[in-house]
Amino acid sequence: MKQKLEEIRASAKEALSDALNIDALEQLRIKYLGKKGELTAVLKGMGKLSPDERPVIGALANDIRSKIEGEIESKKAEISAKLEEEKLKLETLDVTMPGKRQATGELHPLTKVLENIKSTFIGMGFQIADGPEVEYDYYNFEALNIPKNHPARDEQDTFYISDNIVLRTQTSGIQVRVMEKTKPPIRIIAPGKVYRSDAVDATHSPVFHQIEGLVVDKGVTMADLKGTLEMFIHALYGESTKVRFRPHHFPFTEPSAEVDISCFSCGGKGCPVCKGEGWIEILGCGMVHPKVLANCGIDPEVYSGFAFGIGLERIAMGKYGINDLRLFFENDLRFLSQF
Amino acid sequence: MKLPLSWLNDYTNIDGVSPKEYADKMTMTGSKVEGVEDLGAELDGVVTGKVLTCEPHPDSDHLSVCTVDAGTGEILQIVCGAPNVKAGIIVPTALNGAKLPGGIKIKKTKMRGVESNGMLCSHEELGISEDTLGYEPEYGILILPDDTPVGKDIKDLYGLNENVVEFEITSNRPDCFSIIGLARESAASFGKPFSIPENKFTENGENIADTLSVEVLDKDKCLRYCARMVKNVKIGPSPAWMRERLQASGVRAINNIVDITNYVMLEYGQPMHAFDLRDLAKQQIIVRRAADGEVIKTLDEQDRKLTSDDLVIADGERAVAVAGVMGGFNSEVKDDTTTVVFESATFDAASVRLTAQRIGLRTESSSRYEKGLDYHNTVPAVERACALVEQLGCGEVCSGMIDVLGNVKDMSPITFRPEKINAFLGTDIPTDDMIKYLTALDIAVDTEKMTVTPPSFRPDLEGEADIAEEIARFYGYEKIPTTLLRGETTRGGKNDRQQATDAISAALTAQGMSEIYTYTFVSPSIFDKLNIPADSNLRKTVKIKNPLGEDTSVMRTTTIASMMEILARNYNYRNPSAKLFENGKVFIPNGGGELPDEPAVVTLGMYGGVDFFDLKGACEALFEVLNVNGVTYEAVTNNPTFHPGRCAAVKAGGKKLGIIGEIHPSVCRKFGIETKCYVGELSFENIFLNIAKEIKFKELPKFPAVTRDIAMLVDKGVLVGSIETVIRKNAGKHLEAVKLFDVYEGEQIPEGKKSVAYSAVFRAADRSLTGEEVQNIFDKILKKLEKELNAILR
Repeated sequence: MKQKLEEIRASAKEALSDALNIDALEQLRIKYLGKKGELTAVLKGMGKLSPDERPVIGALANDIRSKIEGEIESKKAEISAKLEEEKLKLETLDVTMPGKRQATGELHPLTKVLENIKSTFIGMGFQIADGPEVEYDYYNFEALNIPKNHPARDEQDTFYISDNIVLRTQTSGIQVRVMEKTKPPIRIIAPGKVYRSDAVDATHSPVFHQIEGLVVDKGVTMADLKGTLEMFIHALYGESTKVRFRPHHFPFTEPSAEVDISCFSCGGKGCPVCKGEGWIEILGCGMVHPKVLANCGIDPEVYSGFAFGIGLERIAMGKYGINDLRLFFENDLRFLSQF
Repeated sequence: MKLPLSWLNDYTNIDGVSPKEYADKMTMTGSKVEGVEDLGAELDGVVTGKVLTCEPHPDSDHLSVCTVDAGTGEILQIVCGAPNVKAGIIVPTALNGAKLPGGIKIKKTKMRGVESNGMLCSHEELGISEDTLGYEPEYGILILPDDTPVGKDIKDLYGLNENVVEFEITSNRPDCFSIIGLARESAASFGKPFSIPENKFTENGENIADTLSVEVLDKDKCLRYCARMVKNVKIGPSPAWMRERLQASGVRAINNIVDITNYVMLEYGQPMHAFDLRDLAKQQIIVRRAADGEVIKTLDEQDRKLTSDDLVIADGERAVAVAGVMGGFNSEVKDDTTTVVFESATFDAASVRLTAQRIGLRTESSSRYEKGLDYHNTVPAVERACALVEQLGCGEVCSGMIDVLGNVKDMSPITFRPEKINAFLGTDIPTDDMIKYLTALDIAVDTEKMTVTPPSFRPDLEGEADIAEEIARFYGYEKIPTTLLRGETTRGGKNDRQQATDAISAALTAQGMSEIYTYTFVSPSIFDKLNIPADSNLRKTVKIKNPLGEDTSVMRTTTIASMMEILARNYNYRNPSAKLFENGKVFIPNGGGELPDEPAVVTLGMYGGVDFFDLKGACEALFEVLNVNGVTYEAVTNNPTFHPGRCAAVKAGGKKLGIIGEIHPSVCRKFGIETKCYVGELSFENIFLNIAKEIKFKELPKFPAVTRDIAMLVDKGVLVGSIETVIRKNAGKHLEAVKLFDVYEGEQIPEGKKSVAYSAVFRAADRSLTGEEVQNIFDKILKKLEKELNAILR
């Protein structure tokens, strides 16, 4: 009987290895394991065995049954996998066809650059401040040490609403508003629209954007000003950008500086973009003038600070290689969708 | 300010410094160089040559064949076409290989078979103007004076071996609007000595005070008035060196006396004027305010109407100059002038600035005065003019000077704390170095009292911060270390409003809308274009007094026109569709000298393959992202900007969020758009107020939902919004969601009716709802729909 069982086992193994499809497997299962199958037939003869043999043969028969079952299952999985693979091979796509997508809109390039700048300063503990675009002469000029009839007013052709209300020519007035309301330490940037009475051309617009920055605290130094702006410039233009601080004059800072960076077009060798100078001016800055601090009720003997003003359009033009300022305000979708 | 570099050497010595090095260094010490022009850059290899012989060309009736000695060691044969060439004259000779302006190169050539080794030149070919020559030469080649040496470089002859440096002078440094001021900065920058030569001249013994009287009536506007007189004046051209320096500085040469006043202005930064004594009635000078409406014809022969705020120089009868701006036509120096009065005066900066502005005349003189000039400079300047008169031999200087002083102020000492300055700059500069930098700028340092006193020409130095800047400039900004902010940490970041703005931009770009930036000032005609009624408050605007033009003359009270203009532009550029938004502001006047309110506005606009529901969908998505709940849309039929049947007011929490809709076709046409446009104008402020402040998590459902569809026929005019209201009101607490999925009119639907279908989802939080329960709710809803809206279940 044992021998019979071994024969069934061997024959099943061979038959299974030859089976080609699921149907054939099923046939084999019935043939060996079914109610009328070979194994069942053998087991039916168990009653004739001696009590000693019965458990031994029983165990062997069960073992052989489970082995055959296992082999049928694994063969089945093997055949299914093969069948699936064959089917998948027929389901080809042209993967170079366009994807299905939702149309997306774009942020304006000025917003993109501004957000970039904001995140750098937020990382240094700055907050974002805001101020009115229609502004008192006092905040736009007087409190910034630019009294009436100061020649510096000529440098900023001003739109007037009335004798003492203007369209702000600079975001610097926000400095004063913040200092009037806030006790140091102050670290803010204040972006916004500014207005100058300039006719529109490729490099001038009567409306453009500035970002004002202000830091006031005990012991703020000009070295801090340099370090902070250098960090900002490296974040915006890359670590290899060279930065040059050059003395300049602004009525509301002292000492004042203009900041040049090595030309992003030629790297400083001199080219048409930098007019051969190798440097491009990107912002004005300085230590807050003691008179401005005093105007805002902050004691310049105790506190010091620095301020800076960045022209957003100029930065964006440099960053993206845009050569005409008017494009920012034309809002042609063919322009907007490039950023 | 233009500086011919050779002029510097009258006061300091920068020999051996290349123009590039000079420009770089000056820029880094605060005198920004805008550019350097080499006057002779385009000219090379042209020398003076003597024409030895001149014979007619054998094959030409207008060419001559000359032999020329140009000091080259050989006699050159040159063919010349000029009619005025002849033997014996000295002319500019371009040698073989010479460069002329316009990129012309001279090469050995043959002209009609005769070899020519160079070219004889006219002044035009050399790029030398008649102003530089000082006369109008005859037609042809330029014939030089007989005593001109042969072989001399023409650039030396006409001062073209000159580099002119152009500086950007900031408004705080009127002293640098002068050669002397720039020489002082240059000497300090390069560590070279600096001195101003003494002005020496002889006086003729006749005292000016015997002839002329000067009276100053307004001592606040006229801070100092100095006058000197020159007799036996011989008017003529000034010498070449003076004309060349004037020309290089951008000033035209006129005649010797006028040139002297201009030369001194450039050199000392002190504007000067010369009057013809004959024209000064009663030989008087009176500095007074103009009468209101007083008219003076200025040197440029324009009549200028003045006010009583303007200061004039008058004689015994009438105004002869607008103080600090321009002289009068009636008293100018003429060819036959014999006695000249030099004026060297200081006027109040603001007064000159306002007068120049009022009469629309900005001159070299006014642009210096308006920055505030040093009253100590008037005497040296007028003395320099007298010394030049003597040097040029164009008159006799009379004895004495009239000098009337007005209400002037002198500089006060400033506390000097080197340690404080170092702490401020973040540096460690030794005190001795600080003193060295300051002394080079003529700033007096008192080391006992530890004070510094700026010179009178530096009114910009008022406090310690100003002194710190002077030290930093010459120590070198580049040597100041770079450090990062220390001290108390601050909490950076965006506030709730700023974050809401960011969220709006993110939500709208996700809806396929691109952001635009527009001008905030608009034309007053937009209100008509938008069909806005004449009595609308929107027409009350903040007006610009001095706009660039009518089109940009008022601050906008609505952003719809700005959006329409951008849609129109995209439409005109043939962009087939556009979906745009703007985060902007409008300006609502408050009147009474108050600033306007500047509420923030979110504007949406689209055209091309879209309809009302694309716009509404964008709003819905926006509000969902922002967590603005309970938003309703109510039909608006009377907003003239919009289509009367396709416009909605958007509301939430009892606040109007804004208006959305299809733009009225007549408005579209006025903006030049021949397609349907959809625009929404939403109040950022009211959106922000309605953003849910807290979001609470709801347990996920554990029991199954039951979904039922409701289809009904209603009158065409019934709003789906009202159907939904009835469903929601009667569905009880188990209604989870109700969604419109079909609206149909047409075949199989009776005239005047429409079919509307909803699916409703019911669910209980604590158990499975039974079919019976749901049916009961459903029946109740249907009854109410029938009763309230005449709905017929389908």
